[in-house]
Amino acid sequence: MALLQQAKFLLSITRTHDIVRRYFVVNGFDGALTMLGLIIGFLISASTDLTIIINACLGAAIALGMSGVSSAYISEVAERKRALGKLEQAMATDLQDSTHGVAARWVPLLIALVNGSAPLIISLLILMPIWLVNAGIPIPISPLYAAVLIALGLIFFLGVFLGRIAGISWLRSGLQTLLIAVITVTLIYLFVGH
Amino acid sequence: MVSVKRIVLDVLKPHQPNALVFSQAIAEVGIDYHVCLTVLEMDENTETLQIEVQGSAIDFDAVQSTISSMGGSLHSIDVVEVVNEAETG
Repeated sequence: MALLQQAKFLLSITRTHDIVRRYFVVNGFDGALTMLGLIIGFLISASTDLTIIINACLGAAIALGMSGVSSAYISEVAERKRALGKLEQAMATDLQDSTHGVAARWVPLLIALVNGSAPLIISLLILMPIWLVNAGIPIPISPLYAAVLIALGLIFFLGVFLGRIAGISWLRSGLQTLLIAVITVTLIYLFVGH
Repeated sequence: MVSVKRIVLDVLKPHQPNALVFSQAIAEVGIDYHVCLTVLEMDENTETLQIEVQGSAIDFDAVQSTISSMGGSLHSIDVVEVVNEAETG
């Protein structure tokens, strides 16, 4: 709890709450659409072994997570260093030992973790029904269709989340992101489906 | 025993943490500290503050260390009130 409070404090003094939120949505959306694309690709293809589907999707999910962590960390370290340098210049003092110095070291890591975990967690949630069926636990519908439904649901909820942030209709915002997913699926069917 | 009862400090700090968090952190240094913070001037990145701290025995080093840890810079000690109290017991 104290760790969470400290993280919130560091994000607040660097005013990076909105960056974290943005990264979460952008990369979460990336993860959901990538998994949706992969699963639709497998649905179009001749019947494939579930283990192969899980391995391919998990590989993509881990790669998305690593890409999210590393890209956000590199860019945020540079941003935080620049911001701290600017502040030190204005204050005419060394701030390395102050909370601003601590924030400059920890905030990039926090942002990187959010940026990397968002697509990874969302991908794992989408893969859940395929895992269950592969582990011998029956579900009422085909695992690939169940995964597609979860992906569409998560994409809708990301839209709802964005709608709440913007203070606009959550339903409209959710439907907008869902429309993007539907367009993606249509494009995949158009280009790969034949 | 000589105790510091009141100090008025001139401090420069970044905009974050804000005045409320800043003064709360100083008040947390001592159990009976009373902190009055006034923003005197503000520019693009910093603000100049007048901080008045009152207490039964102010630990100046601890107050200064808190100000530094929050990114503030102590410019001057403008007022000091010190009392020599007879020890009892």
